[in-house]
Amino acid sequence: MSTKGKAYIVGAYEHPTRKAPDKSLAQLHAEVAKGAIDDAGLSKDDIDGYFCAAGDTPGLGGNSFADYMGLRLKHIDTTDTGGSSYLLHVGHAAQAIAAGKCNIALVTLAGRPRSEGVQTGTNPRMGNPSQPDLQFEFPYGPATANMYAMCAMRHMHQYGTTSEQLAWVKVAASHHAQYNPHAMLPKVVTVEEVVNSPMVADPLHRLDCCVISDGGGALIITKPEIAKSLKRPLVKVIGTGEAVKHQMGGRDLDLTFSAGRWSGKRAFEEAGVKHKDIKYASIYDSFTITVVMQLEDLGFCEVGQGGKFVSDGNLISGVGKLPFNTDGGGLCNNHPGNRGGMTKVIEAVRQLRGEAHPKVQVKNCDIALAHGTGGSLGTRHVGATVIMERE
Amino acid sequence: MAGEEKVYPVVPATPGSEPYWEGAKAGKLMLSHCKPCNTSFYYPRGACPSCLSTDVEWREAKGTGTIYTYSVMRPAKPVYVIAYVTLDEGVSMMTNIVDCDPASVKIGQKVKAVFKPREDGSKIVCFAPA
Repeated sequence: MSTKGKAYIVGAYEHPTRKAPDKSLAQLHAEVAKGAIDDAGLSKDDIDGYFCAAGDTPGLGGNSFADYMGLRLKHIDTTDTGGSSYLLHVGHAAQAIAAGKCNIALVTLAGRPRSEGVQTGTNPRMGNPSQPDLQFEFPYGPATANMYAMCAMRHMHQYGTTSEQLAWVKVAASHHAQYNPHAMLPKVVTVEEVVNSPMVADPLHRLDCCVISDGGGALIITKPEIAKSLKRPLVKVIGTGEAVKHQMGGRDLDLTFSAGRWSGKRAFEEAGVKHKDIKYASIYDSFTITVVMQLEDLGFCEVGQGGKFVSDGNLISGVGKLPFNTDGGGLCNNHPGNRGGMTKVIEAVRQLRGEAHPKVQVKNCDIALAHGTGGSLGTRHVGATVIMERE
Repeated sequence: MAGEEKVYPVVPATPGSEPYWEGAKAGKLMLSHCKPCNTSFYYPRGACPSCLSTDVEWREAKGTGTIYTYSVMRPAKPVYVIAYVTLDEGVSMMTNIVDCDPASVKIGQKVKAVFKPREDGSKIVCFAPA
């Protein structure tokens, strides 16, 4: 059963904080929930479905957080695939709504790694020893940065992608971030500044990496009848897709593409739209290479041509063919909880509503895509794609 | 040549993986091998990721392979080279490239297994230029 057109995003809220030492994780979840509920023009007691990721809601996923916020629920889903979770949640909420399991769904994300001093990208994090890969990988020092760096190194080797091409992704994000008063890095940077920034994990420089920030965001998703009774612009979910990619026991190692190759195809097929129809794209930008690979995987350019595609400002709103991450993205704006999927949906909703900053608002933005990856492109990950249409 | 060597932490073995670590201690790189599929895989596990058969045995790898990709972790002290090596058996594994100047490492380079000490005196497989 397709869920095309069976659900609408009617509330979206991004927390303005980028550093929240005085706020608890649960408080941040509550504040973004309130923000999204207010944005939709609903009240807390209207919520009957809750979607969150177990990884940023300790206490058996939603149990403790439904309690903290006093939610009375008919449906709960704590699927955790890392940073792509919230993109999956949009699809899962649409399914639950279409099946009549809930009417108004709340999705929340929050995190405070900056206040907690987490060295997110460069420090390998020890997991639970029962994680089956841990004993065979953790000793070698897999950190977030060097896992994505190995993808970039192979992509360069195989396709001739250059550091300058990757740098264009950051340059485009910085052009957008200058208009975002909340962005952590609002200064416009040049290709030279990116490639001359300190090397973190060859071939990725410091400015190829996203920021570490506190914050969060929330969405409200509901069925057509309720969406049409509210006063907000109508943002319809028309296609969703998800996919998992791993290495089949070391037999299928190919770090030059992501699960977006499959999740994107599923979302485009359901939506029944073409790439030329997409006016704006939110693409998870944990690193510059992440964007290049995912644009190829989603089919916006040929495999191996992502570096060329992002060059010369092609991702800058008003300049290039595919405006992306007009909030400044993870590279310049924020990366709450080290999980970028939520803010990708929020900025796409702003674009479709015509509520992005006037300097970056895409004209006649009627169809937008949000895509992200959770886990690590260097090992195993889940990709999720959401295509939305303004009605 | 890096002067200081990385210290390898010990992650507790899970039930069933002991032969891998016993092999490493004896200077052997052990792979899981699915008997019905007649193919090896890595990381080792008791169920074949192709067919889910649990008819899996241990086989010693030759210990030679080629660097598929790598990265040099600059902020780390000491600096280390993480990599995927594709073994001659056709199976790829995450590892470190050691006993060489990180700046000399290349994709496509031939490497051979070497065994480095872990914190508890046991050993872990790494790769050095062949």
